[in-house]
Amino acid sequence: MFLLQGVDKKFRRGEVALHGVDLSIGPGERVAFIGPSGAGKTTLFRILNFSLRPSQGKVFFEGSLVDGIGGRRLRRLRRKIGTIYQHHNLVPRLRVVHNVLAGRLGAWSTPRALLSLVRPAEVDLAYSALLQVGIPQKLFARTDELSGGQQQRVAIARVLLQDPACILADEPVSSVDPSLAKRIVRLLIDLSSKQAKTLAMNLHNVDLALAHFPRVIGLKDGQILFDKEPQSITPEDLKALFPTPTEGAGILSTEQAYLERPFVARI
Amino acid sequence: MSARSWPASRPRRLGLFLLLLFLLSLVVSYRAAEVRPFQLFFGEGRDNLLVFVRGMFPPDFSPDFLRFILRPTLETIQISVMGTALAILIGFPLSLLAASNLTFRGVLHEAETGRHPWSRALRAVPYFLARAILNFFRAVPEFVWALLFVRAVGLGPLPGVLAIGVGYGGILGKIYAEIFEGVDPRPIEAFQSTGASRPSIFLYGFLPQAFPNLLSYSLYRWECAIRAAAILGFVGAGGIGQQIELSLRMFNHQEVVTLILVLLLLISGVEQLSAFLRRQIA
Repeated sequence: MFLLQGVDKKFRRGEVALHGVDLSIGPGERVAFIGPSGAGKTTLFRILNFSLRPSQGKVFFEGSLVDGIGGRRLRRLRRKIGTIYQHHNLVPRLRVVHNVLAGRLGAWSTPRALLSLVRPAEVDLAYSALLQVGIPQKLFARTDELSGGQQQRVAIARVLLQDPACILADEPVSSVDPSLAKRIVRLLIDLSSKQAKTLAMNLHNVDLALAHFPRVIGLKDGQILFDKEPQSITPEDLKALFPTPTEGAGILSTEQAYLERPFVARI
Repeated sequence: MSARSWPASRPRRLGLFLLLLFLLSLVVSYRAAEVRPFQLFFGEGRDNLLVFVRGMFPPDFSPDFLRFILRPTLETIQISVMGTALAILIGFPLSLLAASNLTFRGVLHEAETGRHPWSRALRAVPYFLARAILNFFRAVPEFVWALLFVRAVGLGPLPGVLAIGVGYGGILGKIYAEIFEGVDPRPIEAFQSTGASRPSIFLYGFLPQAFPNLLSYSLYRWECAIRAAAILGFVGAGGIGQQIELSLRMFNHQEVVTLILVLLLLISGVEQLSAFLRRQIA
């Protein structure tokens, strides 16, 4: 599905977000990315969903090199990749139905999109997506009236309507409480495996990654530190990833240790 | 424990400099603009003022006159409404080009492929062009626009409408552009990543976020347009202003007061209406 070769990303202020990333993700694979904040996980995902161009290196998608394209061709590629964001990235003033139907924007013509703002089109699709994420009663509610967890479900419903071949979830659960976090991760895994979609997820929470993903990639300072099955990840691997006490404490933990750690929402 | 263990705070030199510059400009302006407020209350200034004020009372509330000014009053409202409508028609399309996150900067453009190093600069051309046009529209006072249009299309309400349309078009265009630049880019990025086209992204991402501000600022400009419409009458652009100017010239100060009271009513009425509308959309 994805093949990255020597991908670098430098921002204009000179900071290096990614350095020499080689990565291959097959169709239908489930991959978790872990690492401290500032490791470049979000930048990597923004390159994977074609929101950002690498400064150097090659990105292949479904076997062909993605470079020097724009307009309609770029949009057609983007349709195949659905993204779920840490901050949900919904429009608060719009009703839930429109935020969900926004997943169809890639397929709709502009007049169609405009008409749907007046009289929502394909409401049945939006409803069944909300049914899948468990909040069908919120169909016509205003989005800013929903709780954080509900808004994340709306964002997931939006990706369901987009029906992409690959789902990228960038820290989807770092602003919800731990029990809900687990449920949302499970929901995403269920949905993607049921429809044989590729799933890549950035996680701040190591335990969730190790528990639910057959492949875990450690990212630090813009470089891949390890790329393994969770069983073969050693305490040393994790120590190298999170050397500072604040981020390292409880890392080697079981679920219990995780629950004892004070919950800090990342903003 | 060291007394100075916190990080050093850098003095904001630029801020201090700007503050001094501002104070200096106040002093210089005071002298240059010949501000002598007491001149109004002493000697010749006071006498003139007294004659003027005495001549104003009692205001002319005769039914004939009231009936007579009904038409100019309506005309002023019509000029302000049409002028604001025209301003929106001029300002809105220009604001789309003048918003940098719509034309060449930000999440919508990060993945664009620049085959030529100057392709980004090329995309900024319409942006700067639109900004220049808006600046020009704004830089020329409505009053001057009105004089110009009176020459072009003759006396009457039309030059007033055109003057407000062009002048306020420049103002609205700039404010709209700034409102668009201020929207939260995160939903925009999300919509783009679904493969949505630019117009669709605009409809779902930019418009709903910007709408309350767009509406509220347009209404505020309409309030201003009522005032402007009244003043523009002085140069022959119709409405209540033209009437004020005629009455002033004929030393009918009692009529002037009535006209000003009508104007006051108009303006506060419009203010109430726009405040009500803004509350509805908040």
